[in-house]
Amino acid sequence: MINVIREPLIFEISSPGKTAIKLPELDVPEKSDLLAEVPLRADIEGFPEVSETEVTRHFTRLSQMNYCVDFGFYPLGSCTMKYNPKINEKIAGMDCYTNVHPLASEKLTQGNLELMKILENLLGEITGLDAVSLQPAAGAHGELTGMMLIRAHHLNNGHPRKYVLIPDSAHGTNPSSAHICGYQVKEIKSNERGTISLEDLEKEMTEEVAALMVTNPNTLGVFESDICQIADLVHAKGGLVYMDGANLNALAGITRPGDMKVDVMHLNLHKTFSTPHGGGGPGSGPVAVKKILEPYLPVPVIEEKEGKYFFNYNRPKSIGKVKSFYGQFLVMLKALSYILALGPEGLREMAEVAVLNSNYLRRSLDSLYHLKYDSPTLHECVFSDKYQQEFGVSNLDISKRLLDYGLHPPTMSFPLIVHGALMIEPTETESRRDLDLFIGAMKAIDREARENPELLKAAPHITYVRRLDEVQAARHPVLRWEEKK
Amino acid sequence: MSYIPISDQDKKEMLAAIGVKSIEELFNCIPESIRLKGLLNLPGSLSEAEILGYFKEKGNKNSYNRYLSFLGGGAYDHYIPTVVDYLSSRGEFISPYTPYQPEVSQGTLQTIFEFQTLICQLTDLDIANASLYDGATGAAEAVLMAQRIKNKKRLLVASNLNPQYRQVIYTYTKNLGLEVVEIPYDEMGRVDLKGLESAFNPETSVLLCQSPNFFGVIEDLKTLADLSHRHEALLAVVISEPISLGLLEAPGKLGADIVTGEAQSFGLPLSFGGPYLGFMASQKEFVRQLPGRIAGETIDVEGRRGFVLTLSTREQHIRREKATSNICTNQAHCALRATIYLETLGRQGLRKLAWLNLQKAAYALEQLLAIPGVSRKFSGPVFNEFVLEFPEPWKNLSQKLEDKGILGGLALGNDYRGLDNCALITVTEKHTRENIEAYGQALREVLK
Repeated sequence: MINVIREPLIFEISSPGKTAIKLPELDVPEKSDLLAEVPLRADIEGFPEVSETEVTRHFTRLSQMNYCVDFGFYPLGSCTMKYNPKINEKIAGMDCYTNVHPLASEKLTQGNLELMKILENLLGEITGLDAVSLQPAAGAHGELTGMMLIRAHHLNNGHPRKYVLIPDSAHGTNPSSAHICGYQVKEIKSNERGTISLEDLEKEMTEEVAALMVTNPNTLGVFESDICQIADLVHAKGGLVYMDGANLNALAGITRPGDMKVDVMHLNLHKTFSTPHGGGGPGSGPVAVKKILEPYLPVPVIEEKEGKYFFNYNRPKSIGKVKSFYGQFLVMLKALSYILALGPEGLREMAEVAVLNSNYLRRSLDSLYHLKYDSPTLHECVFSDKYQQEFGVSNLDISKRLLDYGLHPPTMSFPLIVHGALMIEPTETESRRDLDLFIGAMKAIDREARENPELLKAAPHITYVRRLDEVQAARHPVLRWEEKK
Repeated sequence: MSYIPISDQDKKEMLAAIGVKSIEELFNCIPESIRLKGLLNLPGSLSEAEILGYFKEKGNKNSYNRYLSFLGGGAYDHYIPTVVDYLSSRGEFISPYTPYQPEVSQGTLQTIFEFQTLICQLTDLDIANASLYDGATGAAEAVLMAQRIKNKKRLLVASNLNPQYRQVIYTYTKNLGLEVVEIPYDEMGRVDLKGLESAFNPETSVLLCQSPNFFGVIEDLKTLADLSHRHEALLAVVISEPISLGLLEAPGKLGADIVTGEAQSFGLPLSFGGPYLGFMASQKEFVRQLPGRIAGETIDVEGRRGFVLTLSTREQHIRREKATSNICTNQAHCALRATIYLETLGRQGLRKLAWLNLQKAAYALEQLLAIPGVSRKFSGPVFNEFVLEFPEPWKNLSQKLEDKGILGGLALGNDYRGLDNCALITVTEKHTRENIEAYGQALREVLK
């Protein structure tokens, strides 16, 4: 069905005079002289006019063009596309939370403050760190906040320092966040195991280095086993260790960043803690810190006195605010609901099965797909297209062909240290049947690569649209609809 | 409950396939010394019914909903049509990732493209991005964008910009060696033109102001644009109550170079401050400096129209430290809600809604001004918010009103010197005539 109807843009089905909502009539006397001296618009040119049926069908049809976790396996590496429990959505939709104005006085919002404090404490326990700010809006925003805390700490000691060390396997947000915080980035090359080399780190680690940003397990799914020695090296020169918590799903309940001597990290509630990605957000990127960074946390911080919760803005060393209000409140509720559902055993099992599923996939495919690094991996693994390239087939072709099998492809071409990367993270919420479906498809695609590479290069064949011309999109940008005159 | 569909039998067979004896063995790469010896100290696990009970109990501790509220100041209580919740709660919208595989993400991509178009139409600018976190970070991104375009280090920020937005601008800019200068406001509540004129110098890259501003006053954007351009600076405009765009002239038409803001009013509930929806629009020539994701139109191999994320060489996953912003995950689902909301209202709906807000606020203003001792603080034109001055500190007054079940407005004294006796009062289409008159009645009583 979805491939039969081509859904136009809403602007193309608009016709004058329609609306999909009846607004109330004015119940106060109308004034005619308002805004007499203010430039007003005669119209909103091009704005759509449709009925409720049309809006409903439009978005229902659009929805059916989307692949999603509710539909099937979504093995995007480093994205932790786990199932989103439905109770979480119900809670985040409760009137007692959705209807509350953020600037109402604390005594009218005690429930919200208490829940935020509880979540902070639970995230502190999970990470082994001393204090948490829920304010950052997403992972990258958490990184930026974390780097600002580090900078404030160094400034407090007299000098902000100049560099941040980042492994070449890191997410692009790491160097970007460090840069926006005023630091220069120095890249650390990964060693043959795919991890940080202590020798290289020692060479680069000077008293001008503010911090090392490390992802653990890293983007290859490999645990940085030397993490404590790495942290010691950084600390010896007065630097701090920032951990990108994108891959916490592999560790929760097993080990804690705080116990690995990490000073500051962000968490992605939209990865580890099951809140949905929503097609690209909203996420939530709380930052957890050791005591030494606590004075710098964004304002306000939530405190409790004699059973009453309040916002404390009087924090002279704070970096200030990083966002309006207090963060992505409804997302926090979903994450809290998830942690309460799992409990300590469930959280541990979450990480265990995430790692089990990933290793099962890896073992099932490692004879057909190339693994550049054969280090043991935790929750994800990174294959490459090296074997299939012999037949002229790339990771892009493999990915697009997976779509024909009704499956979402892995993360492509990342991390940058693996050429032709296919980065696979199954998460713990996939059944063996779904894992085997994917394994079967990957095996079939490998066969097709040998026997009929053209089939792959032309894939996908059965999707709503087929391969799209991204070059044209960038060269001749059409970024909005415009009325044809 | 771990939402895990792997049985014990599965585990056994999978471990055998991997060639290890236990799950424990898969974690051998983590040194023993840092492994947890026991379980974390967490509550749970709770059943679904218990979780629901838990959140009901905590929610009951919020008494906000028992009050008649006139709070605004960057978060607005507008009616949300049923279709917005209904359609946006489809799993196909809630549970996909960022649309990096466009062939199976056309729903999300087309929605972003429509969202960008709606924002362009409302602002009368050429381009818009897929979203930013919120109005405050949007304001910070706007001054950074202007700074990249002009490559000059002085930023002028109106002091009647939402104080939270100003705070976020300071947080973002202080590590980058940029100079932020605050421009005073005049007796109309608008940007003070004399103060502004003297603040420009050749190092100035931008004037950032808000309209309607934090005092609810509609700025003279045309004049501000002309002044900024005469000094070779850009004008960036923040809109935190975008319902106003149903009536007010589009800022792009008045000369704004960048328009950013908060679109919470477009179908997002108050939600104690988040998730909300930042947006940003600008002129075509600045597209390479725009932060965040952008969807663009293209064709597939069969010549059919489709949409992709494009111009990603601005972004962190390609450009790393040279990216225009570090933003990755944005507020896509909030933008979807805004798109459904705006398409539901449509051309006439949004105009009527803006008119309702204007009229109701005007009625409230009239009613409250009729009370002895109450006066307007600023003389500038307003949309759905206004500042009133009272004969006693608002702190005392607001408590007395609260005792009568009314949250009368936001205090301004903490953020603005000399405004201790003032409050920012917000009225939307949801306030009925009875609500407004009840406020008037209560205020009359407490001022006696």
